[in-house]
Amino acid sequence: MSFINYASREINCKIVYYGPGLCGKTTNLQYVYQKTANESKGKMISLATESERTLFFDFLPLALGEVRGFKTRFHLYTVPGQVFYDASRKLILKGVDGIVFVADSQEERMDANIESLENLKENLEEQGYDLYKMPFVIQYNKQDLPNLSPIEELQRFLNPTKVPEFKACAMSGVGVFETLKAIAKLVLLELKKGAR
Amino acid sequence: MLNTQTTFVLYEEEVGKVKEVIDNLLDASNAKSIYLVDKNGQMIASTGNVAEIDATSLASLTAGNIAATGGLAKLIGEKEFAIQFHEGEKDNIHISIVSSRVILVVIFDQRSSLGLVRLRVKKASNALTVIFDEISAKEKAQGSTQGMANPFAEITDDDIDNLFS
Repeated sequence: MSFINYASREINCKIVYYGPGLCGKTTNLQYVYQKTANESKGKMISLATESERTLFFDFLPLALGEVRGFKTRFHLYTVPGQVFYDASRKLILKGVDGIVFVADSQEERMDANIESLENLKENLEEQGYDLYKMPFVIQYNKQDLPNLSPIEELQRFLNPTKVPEFKACAMSGVGVFETLKAIAKLVLLELKKGAR
Repeated sequence: MLNTQTTFVLYEEEVGKVKEVIDNLLDASNAKSIYLVDKNGQMIASTGNVAEIDATSLASLTAGNIAATGGLAKLIGEKEFAIQFHEGEKDNIHISIVSSRVILVVIFDQRSSLGLVRLRVKKASNALTVIFDEISAKEKAQGSTQGMANPFAEITDDDIDNLFS
């Protein structure tokens, strides 16, 4: 749910990075954080375990600039990817405006990707959302690794409706901003639709 | 309650009313600072000594906290836990849910007390509930015509591309 504040002339939108454990959701946010000018970003918060696995969420507020005199802010969240943190994932999806599904392109993680995507659909449905009717993009991460699933296979299983998709290597930053830009654009266009 | 898929719009008039209530609460409770946050982690208004705290982080962590506590409440068969209190060495945080929809955060030190804060928060909550009920009613009444005031109705692809240049 986006939030328009006429008093401070601000608009805030919430984007959630979803995907299986260790697919690189937090790495995406870390790269965005590193490469964003200080005046455009807030503090990045990571609620993680001692071994740096996300426990509850990561949070990064970004100020992108002004649209029609309104400061446009995006709040980026990640969910904990591990299967048993489902209760936390549901909480973080509340009020979401756009979803980035980060897939792990390694062959042996295909099942985990499919399971996570199914879990995303279910959790959204519980809140009355339809994944395919909301701003949604897919990122095929870890493209630098050797044991990749063929792209056709990733597309067939993870992107049957052909939403915008991006190959990425979040560690080195390839595809990270392309993904963010695409979802931000879809969210703003959705706002425009809602405004009509 | 508000439909989660709609846009939450707040106009100057309402922000002014909200600000008045929390300003009064700040005085009456002798608190250091007060924040009003929506359940999705968006900051609505704040007052008092707010410069030293990162308000955006406070808002998202408060919402996360309320969401997690709400999950716990449901597990044991409660609707929600309306009040939380965290005691620190110097500063304390009192968090309460107003009108099932927004979160009132009061930060105070030894110049106030938990009893005083609870008492004043209760009164302020009632005033805030009236304001947010009005906002809900307004949203319902306006429905699809809400877009008339939406600054994004006329947005172009160029506007969006410019954000990333």
